[in-house]
Amino acid sequence: MAFSALTEKYSGKMGTLTIGSGDQAVTVGGQATMPFATFDGELPNKPLIAMEVYDVVDPEWPAAVVDPFKDVINDPIAWAKKNISEYGAKAICLQLASTDPNGENKDAAYAADLVGKMLAAIDVPLLVWGSGNVEKDAEVLAKVCEVNEGKNLLVGPAVEENYKKIAAACLGYGHAVVSQSPIDVNMAKQMNILISNLGLPMEKIIMEPSTGALGYGVEYSYSVMERISLAALAQNDDKMQAPIINDLGKECWKAREVKLTEEEEPSFGPDMEKRGVLWEATTGIDMLLSGSNLLIMRNPKAVKLVEECIDELMA
Amino acid sequence: MGLTGIQIFKLLPKTNCKECGSPTCLAFAMALAGGKAELDKCPYVSDEAKATLSEASAPPIRGVKIGEKKIGEELVFYRHEKTFINPTAIACLVTDEMDDAEVDAKINNLNTVTFERVGLELSADLLAIRNASGDAGKFEALVKKALGATEKGLILMSDNVDALEAGAKAANGKGALLYAATADNCDKVAAIAKENGASVVAKGGSVEEVSNFTSKIVAAGVKDIVLDCGATDLKSMFYNDNQVRRAALKAKNRDLGFPTIDLICDMTDDPYKEAMLANVAIAKYAGIIVMSDIDKERMLPLFVQRLNIYTDPQRPMVMDEGIYEINKPGPDSPVIITTNFALTYFIVAAEIEASRVPTWLLIMDVEGMSVLTAWSAGKFVADAMAPFVVKSGIKDKISHNKIIIPGYVAQISGEFQEELGSEWEVVIGTREASDLPAFLKAL
Repeated sequence: MAFSALTEKYSGKMGTLTIGSGDQAVTVGGQATMPFATFDGELPNKPLIAMEVYDVVDPEWPAAVVDPFKDVINDPIAWAKKNISEYGAKAICLQLASTDPNGENKDAAYAADLVGKMLAAIDVPLLVWGSGNVEKDAEVLAKVCEVNEGKNLLVGPAVEENYKKIAAACLGYGHAVVSQSPIDVNMAKQMNILISNLGLPMEKIIMEPSTGALGYGVEYSYSVMERISLAALAQNDDKMQAPIINDLGKECWKAREVKLTEEEEPSFGPDMEKRGVLWEATTGIDMLLSGSNLLIMRNPKAVKLVEECIDELMA
Repeated sequence: MGLTGIQIFKLLPKTNCKECGSPTCLAFAMALAGGKAELDKCPYVSDEAKATLSEASAPPIRGVKIGEKKIGEELVFYRHEKTFINPTAIACLVTDEMDDAEVDAKINNLNTVTFERVGLELSADLLAIRNASGDAGKFEALVKKALGATEKGLILMSDNVDALEAGAKAANGKGALLYAATADNCDKVAAIAKENGASVVAKGGSVEEVSNFTSKIVAAGVKDIVLDCGATDLKSMFYNDNQVRRAALKAKNRDLGFPTIDLICDMTDDPYKEAMLANVAIAKYAGIIVMSDIDKERMLPLFVQRLNIYTDPQRPMVMDEGIYEINKPGPDSPVIITTNFALTYFIVAAEIEASRVPTWLLIMDVEGMSVLTAWSAGKFVADAMAPFVVKSGIKDKISHNKIIIPGYVAQISGEFQEELGSEWEVVIGTREASDLPAFLKAL
């Protein structure tokens, strides 16, 4: 039987999301095909990787995490600048870990001020991520939005328990929001509906379907994202047509496969950096292959490896 | 490719003898069409009907066995539709231009780099032996050496048909895979494969070129074929593997109804990049990937990725019920109980490990549900947990009486305490595993 190349055409396409403002603005999403299927149709925007910086770091972090940033690890702004100038970061994600009530419990005014300083210091789009504490994030992120009005930040994660305050602040002060849901296609859609009912348009929403690291649930995220993508493309479900983001750096670097030394687990091998870099890069490429548009990653080598794959597959 | 029940009915004896267990031949035909019966059940079916039916019911992508490792037989594009069936085979390359020490080191890695996870042994599958020297004698010697050095299946690679034949003879009966038959030499290579019980890679510069001669190999009597459509980089590999699967599953193209092989080791010299290419190949439809080495640090993420992608999405991975020792616990160490959902175990175990606090982790069989799901299903509840704790024998290992339950089931603490009696003291732990290190250190 003669071979003829088969192409897939879909009735729908993924929406876009633009973050940052002016010359620095970057757009993701808008694809009319499944990931990297350039032979099927249009993928107008490359997936983007935001390199994360923390305003406070866990003293338990392994050397492979700390080493690339050890001169700037206590200064998130210097860290962000280093990510951009040395490691080529195309976007920065500020992880507001210090606002966690179980940690340093820094207040909203501090966070809003730090974001302002960060914006002044960098020339790439900025994502601002809460500590994951539902009540505190609502307070902190709302303040961040208010004080930095009109900067088109990407702010999150907004979850079912706190989306009203965060999404309303994004709407009121000109930012985009991360809509996070617990690894479930219907919950992801429900969150989009709830947020858009507040008045925030779909092009200001990106979905975080809950990201499992390699070995820690990556396959659940993978399949949920494939199903979301197919719903957006094949079923043309407009409430599923928000691009997808994965907050994966922090998940990957706490895996035991990354943290254990060779003495603790001889089968894992001596080169902890190699293991860690590939643990993060593998999770990253898996997320892209299942439909992600924006990754939050930590290690510069892992970022570079994934970016090389993006460039080659999109060439 | 399936025939309808009526089409199958026409091929049956139509005697309604009932010996197959169905009341009529038509009912049996319907059961066959629905995949609910096997043709062997009919004692009177003609050979001709058998041939037609087995052809029609053959899987769209043929299963091919190399040594003991099977590849192919995939039925879908996305793992949520139906589980991916035969995990991508991972092969290690050696050549007859490497010195003995290098060959030995690579074969040793292939044989020994394994990881245990969810009760499974994760390891690489095949040894690829390349005739880089062009010398048939050298190649044959290396094949013979390999046969004595590993139990893994072999891929024999040479452009020289005589060398291929010498290697195939040496590995006769081992189910080796010969690399490769091209449009020009496929008759000869197929004959060698048939003679020596081997399978064959059909290699060409494009999917189309390969599709033009696989039927010749089949006609020569070799049905076990693997396709190399000539990918030289990530993009062409991604394209080829996608198109071959589409051709097999959507166009039902029998000429491309075979698993694929990707020589990733030839696409880059950078070991990190090689690992990335391997990730893409595993997720997107490769049957075999050939790597330059099987080293621990690259294989750990790769094997786990393969396990994750090929896991049945309908059935959660589970851990065996029992007592798990983390950080070498002793009589004073705390005891934590949770469920046997593998993810729950991994996350909890990783946090305990990170805390460096020696701890006994009790894993209870609740059919692989997470804590909250198991609780709401009535499986992770006081009257089931208490007998498990007693039966587990943990009491003999400790000198205290505290047992920590997940914060998410704090509501069962009273009842659990009652069930366990005064010998135990139930302590409510954290809701999130990530808070465990702080909790354990503060105990």
